[in-house]
Amino acid sequence: MDRRNFLKQSVFASGISLVPSFLKGMEFLSPNQLSGYKNVIIIQLSGGNDGLNSIIPISNDIYHRLRPSIAKKEGQTLKITNDLAFNDKLKELKGLYDQGEVSIINNVGYPNPNRSHFRSTDIWQTASDTNQYLSTGWVGRYLDANCQHPYQAIEVDNSLSLAMKGNKMNGIAVSDPNQLYRTTREPFFNDLVNNTHKDMLDEDNQGYLYKTMLETYSSASYIYETSKIYTTDTAYPQSAFARNLKTIADFIVSGLKTRVFYSSLGGFDSHVNQLNSQDRLLGIYSEAIGALVKDLKKNNRFKDTLILTFSEFGRRVKQNGSRGTDHGAANNVIAIGGSLKKPGIYNEIPNLSDLDDNGDIKFSVDFRSVYATILNNWLEVNDQEILNTNFKNLGFI
Amino acid sequence: MSTSLSDKQIQHLYWRTGFGISSSELKSVRKFSKKQMIDRLFLESLEETPLSLDFGALLKNPRDLSREERKELRQVRNKKMLELNVLWIKQLAETKQTLREKMTLFFHDHFAVRLKTPRASLHLNNVIRKHALGDFRDMLMEVSKSPAMLSFLNNRQNRKNSPNENFAREVMELFTLGRDNGYTEKDIKEAARAFTGWNFNKNGSFVFRKNHHDFDSKTVLGKTGNLTGEDVIKILLEQKQTAKYISEKIYKYFVNEKINPEHIEELTDTFYNADYNLEILMRKILMSTWFYEFQNIGVKIKSPIELIVGLSKPFQVVYKDPKVLLYLQRKLNQTLFLPPNVAGWPGGRSWIDNSTLMLRLKLASVTLNSGVIEQYDDTDDQTTMMNKQKFYKKMKTQIEKRVKATPNWENFLTSLEQKDKKELIDFIIQPTLSNSASTMIAKIDPINTKSFIIELMSLPEYQLC
Repeated sequence: MDRRNFLKQSVFASGISLVPSFLKGMEFLSPNQLSGYKNVIIIQLSGGNDGLNSIIPISNDIYHRLRPSIAKKEGQTLKITNDLAFNDKLKELKGLYDQGEVSIINNVGYPNPNRSHFRSTDIWQTASDTNQYLSTGWVGRYLDANCQHPYQAIEVDNSLSLAMKGNKMNGIAVSDPNQLYRTTREPFFNDLVNNTHKDMLDEDNQGYLYKTMLETYSSASYIYETSKIYTTDTAYPQSAFARNLKTIADFIVSGLKTRVFYSSLGGFDSHVNQLNSQDRLLGIYSEAIGALVKDLKKNNRFKDTLILTFSEFGRRVKQNGSRGTDHGAANNVIAIGGSLKKPGIYNEIPNLSDLDDNGDIKFSVDFRSVYATILNNWLEVNDQEILNTNFKNLGFI
Repeated sequence: MSTSLSDKQIQHLYWRTGFGISSSELKSVRKFSKKQMIDRLFLESLEETPLSLDFGALLKNPRDLSREERKELRQVRNKKMLELNVLWIKQLAETKQTLREKMTLFFHDHFAVRLKTPRASLHLNNVIRKHALGDFRDMLMEVSKSPAMLSFLNNRQNRKNSPNENFAREVMELFTLGRDNGYTEKDIKEAARAFTGWNFNKNGSFVFRKNHHDFDSKTVLGKTGNLTGEDVIKILLEQKQTAKYISEKIYKYFVNEKINPEHIEELTDTFYNADYNLEILMRKILMSTWFYEFQNIGVKIKSPIELIVGLSKPFQVVYKDPKVLLYLQRKLNQTLFLPPNVAGWPGGRSWIDNSTLMLRLKLASVTLNSGVIEQYDDTDDQTTMMNKQKFYKKMKTQIEKRVKATPNWENFLTSLEQKDKKELIDFIIQPTLSNSASTMIAKIDPINTKSFIIELMSLPEYQLC
């Protein structure tokens, strides 16, 4: 079904007596089709997570010397190798690592790093060069080039990130599918949608409002009806972040035809007494990931799932005057999945004796190589078309 | 005619400098010339009304409190943050000093601080209000020295030999020059040293702690010397780029997100030559002809606060449960005093996604008409009619129970000058109606003015001003 017809059909079907007939026209996956439908979950640790205190170069003297009061001691960590250890709050992650389901990519960044949260987040989300300003995100461009429906990329959060915005199509932001669905049942809005066609919308703000309304209508009932199929009985922790991951698990196991899920955990922007706040957040992260993976494994979907965790930048190696760290550059990226080709420590660990002029870690892996690898090897699409440049394939998946 | 404005243009002026205009006010200002109208706006905002709350137990020194009391303190703090939020919303909706409040709202976003301490948050808000139409240089200095900013950007921990760069970075990136506009990482590091020692005491007064200050020489933006924090702020203000950055941000907020470089140049010169006087800058904008041009009218996506206040104000809506106001702000992604981060709310199209848009469209009916947008069609058959009525009835019961908002319809309806379709559309909707909306509206019989107004306010067009 092409998009025009699809829209028409959904629009006419969603009158006051709603949906089932319209759902029949939709493709959603039956249990035996579910297997092999690959998806990726992208998680941003917002605020600049200190990678050095998450995955710790425990044997490195420079690390201990530059961080006299915030370096992790061996007893506070979970050993990976003789040189690397997990922060002890990353207990679940360590468990997955031991089973060969984690790949740690070190020194990920980009040339001429920007140390502003906002700019660096934009660079990561749009996959741009440091001096290039793009208005579409890399997932959005994936939607543009390869997908038919906005719901093929879903952000489980209160708002839609730049990463999810394309030229022709935006992903869907949904934190509560029921609520979103309820609002689309209003007869007045139905009528308005009936009277609207995509080709009459301008590029201005008014056109944008109508376009978003159409996209919401074309996706809300599908997401709602489909996600009702499965509600997990796996126990998740009480955090908002865990709740979001639980929603994602419900979506995946229900057979929602979504390729990319996006979510974030904020609060990493601390400059003071970092240990407490970072440890607390890493605990929230790890526990939630643990529950998610358990859930997906139980439903035999973990082998089709890849979870990528990044932060817009790492932190300075040397601690600042307030038991914290200031904004840095290259950082580690964590890939978790049931089908990793190269689990373990993917590449060389940070070289703390060769820092840049600011005292930050130099990058050796361009973050867009990570995207290229996911697009090409996992989602099986042409990565160059989306990233506009040919980046090295890392082959971790 | 250059001296008088059309109704649409007057509405534009009042939406951008406030939260819209009532029918009766429109009637009374129509006779003024453009200049008289603008003079009147500034005159009304001559005075200021600082927010004030009774902080009671929060004024005590935590050290004098027992463990139990300290635990309670946290709850009191949260309660006061809620009160503070609602207090300001109320002031925004009821004030006569609309321009001053709108400017305060703008700078609340510019100097975005996210704290859980109501005293510091209230203080900062009043500092901004005081300077909102005055000297930006004074505002910047006083904001930088406020307990709210000193705590939020960690300058209290910024000390000699162990600098904390947080404030130094953001003052350049977000408050003055703008990101990547002529400063380097080195400038940030040096500036951070200049701000060492800036702190406040337990009464919330600024103090300069000499022992923590780095008295050695620093170089910021090419100026070398034993620079203090004050010196750095002065250096930043000497840069014309600061005037440009602020002018541009104000233009995007009050005029159009799409900037016209000629207008920005004009405004930058005015602002810089007027020693950063905000009234002169705002007068320049409001007196220009371009401000009232077609391409600037009805193109701005209302912020959630503009939307909520804009529809509460003309109906004098009373919210029986203040938590509802907080809930709406949260769901629409703009809670006063809780910006997402130091960059403030991203604004514009980022207000809009699937969930927020649907709630925004529903908002007028929810606050003004128990959630009901009555809409009947000549083509509806008996069953459809009945289904619709059932739907509306259920909605009504649910919303009334949850939202508990009381609008004053009588006052609104009697003050209307005209009740025919075209006049109502022009009065309520700023942009030109889309084809879809026109088609729909054409089918509606406006015999029930109240339902018709709710329908208009439920259109995507109402999201624009």
